[in-house]
Amino acid sequence: MTGNRIARVFLVLFFIALLATPFVIKRMSAGREAGGSKIDAKTALARHGFYLEEVSHAAGINFVHQSPRLDLKLDPITPEVASMGASVSIVDFDRDGWPDIYVTNSAIGSKNALYRNMHDGTFQDVAGDMGIADVNQPGTGVSTGAVWGDFDNDGYEDLFLIKWGRPELFHNDQGHGFTRVTEQARLPPWINANTAIWFDYDGDGLLDLFVGGYYSEDIDLWHLTTTRIMPDSFEYAKNGGRKYLFHNLGNGKFEEVSEKVGISSRRWALAAAAADLRGTGHPDLFVANDYGVSELYFNDGKRFHEVGEQAGVGFAPKSGMNAAFGDILNQGRYAVYVSNISEDGILIQGNNLWVPKEGTAGDTIKYQNLARDFGVELGGWSFGAQFGDLNNDGTLDLYLTNGYISLDRNRSYWYDFSKVAGGNSSIIGDAKNWPAFEGRSLSGYQTKRVWLNDGAGKFVDVAQAVGVTDVYDGRSVALVDLWNRGVLDVVVANQNGPLLLYKNTVAPGNEWIEFELEGNTASHSGSNRSAIGAEVTLFWNGQQQVQEVSGGSGFAAQNDRRLHFGLGRNPHIEKAVIHWPSGKIQTIDKPAADQLHKMKEPA
Amino acid sequence: MSQQTSAPVFPPQIQPPQAPAHRNPLFGLDNRYIAPAFITCILLAGHLSFGILESYQKTLLAIITSILIELVLGRIFFHKWVHPASAYITGISVGILIRSPAFWPYALCSAISITSKYVLRVKDRHIWNPSNFGISVMLFLAAETVATLSIQWGNYLWPMIVIWTLGSVIIWRLRRFHITGIYVASFIALAFLRSWMTGSPWQSEIAPITGPMYQLFIFFMITDPKTTVRSKSGQCVVVFLVALFEMVLRLNQIVYAPFYALFVVGPAAMLIEIWLDSRRARAATPTVAQ
Repeated sequence: MTGNRIARVFLVLFFIALLATPFVIKRMSAGREAGGSKIDAKTALARHGFYLEEVSHAAGINFVHQSPRLDLKLDPITPEVASMGASVSIVDFDRDGWPDIYVTNSAIGSKNALYRNMHDGTFQDVAGDMGIADVNQPGTGVSTGAVWGDFDNDGYEDLFLIKWGRPELFHNDQGHGFTRVTEQARLPPWINANTAIWFDYDGDGLLDLFVGGYYSEDIDLWHLTTTRIMPDSFEYAKNGGRKYLFHNLGNGKFEEVSEKVGISSRRWALAAAAADLRGTGHPDLFVANDYGVSELYFNDGKRFHEVGEQAGVGFAPKSGMNAAFGDILNQGRYAVYVSNISEDGILIQGNNLWVPKEGTAGDTIKYQNLARDFGVELGGWSFGAQFGDLNNDGTLDLYLTNGYISLDRNRSYWYDFSKVAGGNSSIIGDAKNWPAFEGRSLSGYQTKRVWLNDGAGKFVDVAQAVGVTDVYDGRSVALVDLWNRGVLDVVVANQNGPLLLYKNTVAPGNEWIEFELEGNTASHSGSNRSAIGAEVTLFWNGQQQVQEVSGGSGFAAQNDRRLHFGLGRNPHIEKAVIHWPSGKIQTIDKPAADQLHKMKEPA
Repeated sequence: MSQQTSAPVFPPQIQPPQAPAHRNPLFGLDNRYIAPAFITCILLAGHLSFGILESYQKTLLAIITSILIELVLGRIFFHKWVHPASAYITGISVGILIRSPAFWPYALCSAISITSKYVLRVKDRHIWNPSNFGISVMLFLAAETVATLSIQWGNYLWPMIVIWTLGSVIIWRLRRFHITGIYVASFIALAFLRSWMTGSPWQSEIAPITGPMYQLFIFFMITDPKTTVRSKSGQCVVVFLVALFEMVLRLNQIVYAPFYALFVVGPAAMLIEIWLDSRRARAATPTVAQ
């Protein structure tokens, strides 16, 4: 080294500055992290326009999820294999105008719960009386999720129970009870699934059912014949469960048509959601897969075409665990949020916020991942997430729950996990090669994210500030106006943890509007009675926002079918345009704010 | 990473033996370009088949930063334009091995890596492998933003066989296969020892070396001529010590054990060699004077 002394001094200073850069960046970003600091409700209300209060016990809910105990061969890694199953879905099963809550349990012999809304701030578990509690009996597997849809168009939402085991279909007997109709519906005897959605893919007015397998369907996790049940790659696995598309034949029977219509993936599906992404009138299907890329199926009404890579969402493999749609920029277009894994210093996958690229639409629509730009990329070991306007300011916010396995706080399984996950397929694919868990945590005790949308392309995490301070192993999130107050409350199902009810209080001033849709099936018009797939586009104050009635979204979740729009202060609503599944378009001029509008599809 | 094209900075008496850098070209390529070409092929094959890069821009940023800083510092301190092959390998290694949702870690890691070559010198030799230094520092200082490649190349056999075969041929031609061979043999033997000590399945202890991160580590990092000792037997001892120290770190559940092991053992070995060289030089001085 022959440089002069001054140059060497500058070089050393430059080097020190480089080494100091991470500290400087850390300090600069410290204020934006960890959901802000905890503040009192009054301050949160003033600063963020809302706060959330956990009220499950006061509401009469004391539900605690239990994980399954599996085949003894899996005992060393049971915490990992049995790490899912907690779910929540919203339904007004008795049509009394008050949303009810259904939650799943996952231990053999444990009971699911149906919490009937008592209209007074409390809930009562009526699952036993209704016949949908004792659904985790030995030999039938355990529940992992539930989705509701009126498959026979009788006006009452029916229940499809997702299981690692025998899937179940229950017919809703006008809100007085449920009748098991699994065999009549011709469902298969065993599926190891974590996701299912109701949607009418062919527009015949009858709800069809998509079920995404996780473990292969020939595996009975309680009676293993082999330990080669794990994914054969951490990011390119194709040895998961098959996919099912049950076409509703209209007589209580379903026909499995997945192969026939172009769905034949064996990736490890964890979440699915459907929406009309191209304005064709047909719902497209988005599937978030664990251990691999996401899949996007364009639907032409008869067949599906997988276009994930072409559309940009199916190239970089991650650990997809959530699929939720939201018009985050109030432009009348859906973004898709897919959650993945991020662990400091070990694995930084980052969550995906797939936003349609400017100038692309229709069959050539392209998506770009703007999660980092929008500030919703890092959420720990992320699971369920849902979009909803939590402070009624007119933009969709994002609630994310997370945390994988919370056991011993001081001992982590990450070292062993990363050791095996990077190994050859013959090693990773066999459960007996995985080191024993021995009570260690894996991305446990994580703080949640409540990202507030500023409407200009940035989300800010305010979880701690608005009262979301739990660190349970969150799985499933559902948003619903539980007490008909014009605000979105949050229900969270936690693995091996309690069901949480976050009651929302919104600062006065911001207005709202809600829509409850019912499809017209009288003339076989093409709409299903649940109106799943219907879209409402609201135009106000020179902007628009589109929302759809969903048959399942997020992770093992279903929001309320009623659509909630926040409007901000002094809104001037121009119109609401309803696109019914039948293709009919209905325009409501100047609908009143601060009201629930019950809309029946015109004949 | 291999730094075969760095400017010559050693006094004549401690010049490393000249590798056949410009003779016996492999595949018609000057040997200076073989390592860059190989690592570029790995990157392209990995990306086109598995999509290992979420962003070309991040990898490009790492490469460009690396080359730019090398050119500037080389101009200032060596008064010439340094051949960019070495910086290219550092940049592309950073681009492949670092994983971060942000852009800045790629640029910063490259900058730290290259600058370390010019700052951390003893007796005019840099003692850390640049990218090993940069990556280790980033993992220490920016763990909340940075991880390294671990799984993004799939877990299948055929890409591994291709990379191992090609890598072995190239490393053999560059006369450094013994380093790779000793390391692999040591790792496997110590993996069984760890399995016996911890009770973990032996397959889980072997698993890391079957992954892509190790392929880069084994073929490019531990074989770097500029940051390994010069004698063949010394190289064998040092690389065994790297594997041994890695085992100690692994027993303490350190995820990035190989990087940290090389970070500690590599420079220690270099310092010992430099000390021995200076002792020999002092002892030889009176003889020369006579």
